[in-house]
Amino acid sequence: MNDLLRRLLDLPEQASQHARDVDGLHYFIVLTTLLVGLAIFATTIWFLVRFQRRGEGEATPEVQPTRWHEAVFIGVPLAFFLLWFAIGFPQYVDLTRPPPDAMDVFVQGKQWMWKFAYAGGPSSLDVLRVPAGRPVRLLITSRDVIHSFFVPALRLKQDALPGRYTETWFNADRPGRYQIFCAEYCGLSHSGMLAELVVMPASDFDDWLATQRRGLTRAQDGAPTPGEALLPGTSLVEQGRTVAAEQGCFKCHSVDGSRHIGPTFLGLYRRHERLSTGELVTADEAYITRSMMDPAAQVVADYQNVMPSFQGRMTPPEVAAVVEFVKSLANPAEQPGPSEGPAYEPIPSK
Amino acid sequence: MSPSPASSPPVYAVRNYLNTPATGLRSWLTTRDHKRIGVMFLVAVTVAFAVGGFFAMLIRVEHLTPGPTIMDAMTYNRVFTLHGVVMIFLFMIPAIPSGFGNFLLPIMVGAKDVAFPRLNLLSFYLYLLGAGIALWGMIHGGADTGWTFYTPYSTTTSSKVVPILLGAFVLGFSSILTGLNFIVTTHTLRAPGITWTKLPLFVWSIYATSVIQILATPVLGMTLLLVAIEHAFGWGIFDPARGGDPVLFQHFFWFYSHPAVYIMILPAMAVISEVVCAFSRKNIFGYKAVAYSSLGIAFVGFFTWGHHLFTSGQSPYDAGIFGALSMFVGIFTAIKVFNWVATMYKGSIDFKTPFIYFLGFLFFLFFGGMTGIALATVSLDIHWQDTYFVVAHFHFIMVGSTMMAFLAALHYWWPKMTGRMYSERWALVAAVFIILGFVFTFLPQFLLGNEGMPRRYFSYPERYWALNVASTAGASVLAIGFTIVLGYILVALRYGAVAGPNPWGSRGYEWLTPSPPPLENFDVLPAFERGPHQYHDLPAAPPTPAPGPAGEAAGASHG
Repeated sequence: MNDLLRRLLDLPEQASQHARDVDGLHYFIVLTTLLVGLAIFATTIWFLVRFQRRGEGEATPEVQPTRWHEAVFIGVPLAFFLLWFAIGFPQYVDLTRPPPDAMDVFVQGKQWMWKFAYAGGPSSLDVLRVPAGRPVRLLITSRDVIHSFFVPALRLKQDALPGRYTETWFNADRPGRYQIFCAEYCGLSHSGMLAELVVMPASDFDDWLATQRRGLTRAQDGAPTPGEALLPGTSLVEQGRTVAAEQGCFKCHSVDGSRHIGPTFLGLYRRHERLSTGELVTADEAYITRSMMDPAAQVVADYQNVMPSFQGRMTPPEVAAVVEFVKSLANPAEQPGPSEGPAYEPIPSK
Repeated sequence: MSPSPASSPPVYAVRNYLNTPATGLRSWLTTRDHKRIGVMFLVAVTVAFAVGGFFAMLIRVEHLTPGPTIMDAMTYNRVFTLHGVVMIFLFMIPAIPSGFGNFLLPIMVGAKDVAFPRLNLLSFYLYLLGAGIALWGMIHGGADTGWTFYTPYSTTTSSKVVPILLGAFVLGFSSILTGLNFIVTTHTLRAPGITWTKLPLFVWSIYATSVIQILATPVLGMTLLLVAIEHAFGWGIFDPARGGDPVLFQHFFWFYSHPAVYIMILPAMAVISEVVCAFSRKNIFGYKAVAYSSLGIAFVGFFTWGHHLFTSGQSPYDAGIFGALSMFVGIFTAIKVFNWVATMYKGSIDFKTPFIYFLGFLFFLFFGGMTGIALATVSLDIHWQDTYFVVAHFHFIMVGSTMMAFLAALHYWWPKMTGRMYSERWALVAAVFIILGFVFTFLPQFLLGNEGMPRRYFSYPERYWALNVASTAGASVLAIGFTIVLGYILVALRYGAVAGPNPWGSRGYEWLTPSPPPLENFDVLPAFERGPHQYHDLPAAPPTPAPGPAGEAAGASHG
């Protein structure tokens, strides 16, 4: 019965008890609504046929409601509405009360990706792994505009607000992979802000987390948490690649020469770029740096001015590392050899 | 588009508002006659509707494939914003109150004009000014924020959001002035004999709408101004980095925009109350219940805005209060639905085009309303919030119902406004196209929302493809329906059969005067002895002049 109704209504899989409870209310409302609707429209059609006009000048009696009518018209719908509310509201309240033993995951939305961080350090981009059958509390925030963390299979949604944390929780009981959407409009790639919820058998999850903590497979789907010091010993170019990945540069800029939302990094350094104003610039260190800090100032022709400013979001060494990374992708003829000192041009703050 | 009625003076009419004092364009643009202002509003909102509908079709065509189809993501984001802004601020809010309300309300209270005719004309020019500013913004870049302008996205976007905000700000004043005019007119200019309980139900609902317009619209004005200031000068009102609060905007915005839903739906209910009585030839079942429930909706509607914020992190107590109060708006609507259906009981039903739209209205109001109640249970809203379910819900309840009422009004009062009849056969065809088209556009969207497809998505996962194509197919049928309507009403302007003063045999006060009405509405002020929905003493009433040759004779004798 549950499965039949779920399919009829095109509802996604139910990955938690909460999802099944909410769907139960859904079925109850749909069935009562259809019954009442059928009654109302059958009555309407009956009146329409029965009281069809049969001649011009036909007289009609005056009909006025009695108290009894009014009581039924108000009482019956109100009783249903309040009954539904009495079922639905506690389900919602339950979502705001995480169990004390829930595992915490910090969720950060930013244009246009999700970042999940676990207690003790491990983190991942766009993949949220959780153990099946154990409660998970999400502490959600945003780094820029409002996003909304939405898992249809859990019937769960919570806005990610900049400057504050919101919380919600779930207990996914079916291992599997489920879609995560951003549900609050957040700009150009809103519909590309997708992630995946991977519900793992609890023991697998424990193993995975332990490996993550040992740092053995960090490269798999991890990236350093913000503010984490750049690893000493790696080259500036490698650090730049890591920073660019963490900041989401690759969401818009390819490194293989293909055209995306922004110009490709491949061969960018010292390339002559035609700007939207018609002016020609050379993409040197100063231009690349300014493009990160004040992207609207000099937009390359045929590209939309959609890039957010990274001023204040990256430390000067990180900026230098990204510039060095872009330089490493230059045409061989333009390879300038190692740069002396960070190519960083500070922009005076407003 | 120039005000088209001016270009076709009805052949039979001697002196009416269309040719008095003059027929030139200038006499229209400087008129203070509420009827002409109403007609100009109707022409303007129809143009706005065509523009908004064009954007809607672009959205639907874009969704024919999961990836890019005819535009890029940036263009798509601008198109859905413009669709929302144009349809809501330029069409839905002014369509019935400023268009039909202006034309009918003074006649229905037995007045010669509204209380402040100059202010009324100003209201029209403010509408044009606001539309112009918004249009300028659209051409020079357009906004990509959605019509809700949520901060902090709207304050940081590089698109031209300020002119659109200012346009909406100016349009708000148009709305306020119209509301003010209607309230004063209803209080002070009622003809002798028209007491409050003998007011047509149309007036009651428009009055309730006006109260919302003058109380809520200033809040929208302030909010939009704050966003514009923050966008232009960076004051940090909604910026958490500077101690501001991004959610504060949502509270401000919905404090207006939720009641604004009732600015759209109450006038629709106003029309329907008139149509159901006139075409059932029957008194309204429970006049007071229908009249007071409008005021009830207007009042409770102010205290439900938080139901847009269930996922925004507001406290469960707030959510509970807003959810429960939302149920009461549903109750007032339910009362009306039952009373309209009961009005048909023992009536004498004339199944004409406006009545078909009444049935369509009932369908969209019922299912739109019930999905709204389902959303107000809070736990279901958590799943549906910001998905296509919500899109389908509000298109059913505010667009579907308002559209049905607008079309019912257009057909019911078309002979009153132009003195001519439209083609009943073509109207029937168009009504079938429009109602079926609307259902098939939005039924798939309810299912898409159940499945979890979020709104404002440029691209979408493959599995949502089939339902999106179905929705686009429905929208195409809808577009054909509207094209047919435009075709036959333009033909009717010049070639329609002369209607005569009262082709429907309605008892509404506006039918006591010739069609089209004379300059100051009544040649001789009637005594208004009968109620506007009173039909039980019918045999004493004059026979209904049927359209066609017989009607022509009646019209001529009256003219």
